[in-house]
Amino acid sequence: MSLLEIKNLHVQVDGNEILKGIDLTVNAGEVHSIMGPNGSGKSTLAQVLARRDAYEVTKGSILFEGKDLLEMKPEEAACEGVFLAFQYPVEIPGIGNTYFLRSALNAQRKHRGLEEMDAMDFLPMFREKLKLLEMDDKLMNRSLNEGFSGGEKKRNEILQMAVLEPKLAILDETDSGLDIDALRIVAGGVNSLRSPERAMLVVTHYQRLLNYIVPDFVHVLVDGRIVRSGGKELALELEERGYSWTEHEPVGARS
Amino acid sequence: MSTDMNVVHEMAAKDYEWGFVTDIEEDRIPKGLDEGVIRMISAKKNEPEFMLEWRLNAYRYWASQEKADAEPKWANVHFPPIDYQNIAYYSAPKQKKTLNSLDEVDPEILRTYEKLGIPLAEQKLLANVAVDAVFDSVSVATTFKAKLAEAGVIFCSFSEAVLKHPDLVKKYLGSVVPHTDNFYAALNAAVFSDGSFVYVPRGVRCPMELSTYFRINAAETGQFERTLIVAEEGAYVSYLEGCTAPMRDENQLHAAVVELVALDNAQIRYSTVQNWYPGDKNGKGGIYNFVTKRGKCLGRNSKISWTQVETGSAITWKYPSCILQGDNSVGEFYSVALTNNYQQADTGTKMIHLGKNTKSTIVSKGISAGHGQNTYRGMVKIMKGATGARNYTQCDSLLIGDKCGAHTFPYIEVKNASARMEHEAATSKIGEDQLFYLQQRGIKTEDAVSMIVSGFCKQVFKELPMEFAVEAQKLLAVSLEGSVG
Repeated sequence: MSLLEIKNLHVQVDGNEILKGIDLTVNAGEVHSIMGPNGSGKSTLAQVLARRDAYEVTKGSILFEGKDLLEMKPEEAACEGVFLAFQYPVEIPGIGNTYFLRSALNAQRKHRGLEEMDAMDFLPMFREKLKLLEMDDKLMNRSLNEGFSGGEKKRNEILQMAVLEPKLAILDETDSGLDIDALRIVAGGVNSLRSPERAMLVVTHYQRLLNYIVPDFVHVLVDGRIVRSGGKELALELEERGYSWTEHEPVGARS
Repeated sequence: MSTDMNVVHEMAAKDYEWGFVTDIEEDRIPKGLDEGVIRMISAKKNEPEFMLEWRLNAYRYWASQEKADAEPKWANVHFPPIDYQNIAYYSAPKQKKTLNSLDEVDPEILRTYEKLGIPLAEQKLLANVAVDAVFDSVSVATTFKAKLAEAGVIFCSFSEAVLKHPDLVKKYLGSVVPHTDNFYAALNAAVFSDGSFVYVPRGVRCPMELSTYFRINAAETGQFERTLIVAEEGAYVSYLEGCTAPMRDENQLHAAVVELVALDNAQIRYSTVQNWYPGDKNGKGGIYNFVTKRGKCLGRNSKISWTQVETGSAITWKYPSCILQGDNSVGEFYSVALTNNYQQADTGTKMIHLGKNTKSTIVSKGISAGHGQNTYRGMVKIMKGATGARNYTQCDSLLIGDKCGAHTFPYIEVKNASARMEHEAATSKIGEDQLFYLQQRGIKTEDAVSMIVSGFCKQVFKELPMEFAVEAQKLLAVSLEGSVG
């Protein structure tokens, strides 16, 4: 059984069809990259997988470990192991980062029938993960994402992923707004989380990130459809020739 | 409306947990108000002549105001006219004789307080808190008296203070809130039946938190209590009040007065967790909470802090204020006011700067949900002599759903050019993106809402005594259930 199986997915937002029939299968241990120009539907796909309800699925199905993902609420999908690293992480005043993350972890553990983790067990684990992302633990005493720089917010997303250890991690434009050092750190964090049990869906429109996080598969999304799929070389080709060629040449023409 | 918000909505309009009625024999006087009633109340309490005079004076003033239709109408709240003759002004649990110890308190009343989570039996008190319990119109028990007396602190019911410490009462009663202050303050002065009295002598730091718990039980009565706290030079006291009432279909009037006096270098912290019955989810019933609270920083370097968490009452009309008379004195007001369903709140503060280098801080957090209407009304007045005065005001509103309202009326009056004033205000909605972010990490909708709301209120909660901050947070979560419309 595949970890994630998307079939003929059609999605509307405010009556406009954004995704027009997506088919995608992701197995545990694989890293897939979704590339495409602005407005092609990449983020929509990410949000639908995370169960944001502003997006209306009009046709098709999504199975996650054989279960109907479209029947799940966002928190259920999260507890089942779907994690979205947001493109624009929100700030929430008054909620401490550490407190938030421990609450989230415990909510998920409870869902899985595990005991909640107390602060004594949580903190040593948490400190390890902070080191991984080269984050100052002073940041953790602040409110959730409040006053964080763009780069700090993105690192915080990956930190959360490291703590929550999802089965499927969706990275939505995680590279946007990162300078080269931050990109290296974030990618290092992500790579250390690659494992045979975990799959990743890396959404980006630049090839740059894929120099650091090398995908097993690359899919090109244009106007709501996957127009081309291939290995990591496809990303390099895209970088060289732009997205437009994928629209004009039939799939597989250059192989 | 998104389904997320629906879930919030459905978080079951949970029943008001404190809405039960205690079945007990009452001693109450017939409905209505005239001079005879005032004399009857005073006689029931065996009051000395000066108290009766004081009450009658207040009554005459109030009656003239009522005739002149001078009930305040400027607040942003709406309710049908109150028939003041249709209220019983005194109700007390019947007791056969004077109480000498807690053991003699009617067990039915003790059980009520137990149910409310307020242990009156002293040995059961883990927290270092002395409690005075006011049941309907009278104080039924005050705990830890002996330990307080050792420190020289007087903490007793107002009736007892009138009898045992008449000089102190005479000196300070009405010195901060005179009976002419406003309509409800006049009514209270005429008919108040009990309340708490605290006196902390010179240089004494009160060894424990003091707390009064107010409970309205009887139907068709009003509750009019009066609290007076005096901190002598260099004294410190922290005081907390909590309130609940049974669920009833009719509206009940609660018109209290609180007066605080801080002398040189004294400090008073006054915290309120107000949870009177708010009415049902259609707006039927609930307490009218029309309260006058004011503190006077009479001495140099004195400080008065008000912290309030207002989640109950159908209507709240309340402006805990500070008169900063002593040089370098400090006034603070930290407030969380929540209105859900059809609750209305018009609350805020007044900071009157008279002395030099006086400083005030106002942090107000209003939360509106359902059809709730929440108004912040604040006044900062810098008088001519208040050289070097400073004020910082921050008032934030959080809206949950799209049928509620938040309103802000800040008044600023500066008569001394050296004053420094800062004012910040913000209104936000619980963002769908904030909710989704928390949910995406596995946190349930209702937990996500209460996390966001407590985050919003954090600045105020941290001003509450530790053990009450937790209670306040829980209360907020419960009060928000079934909140979004």
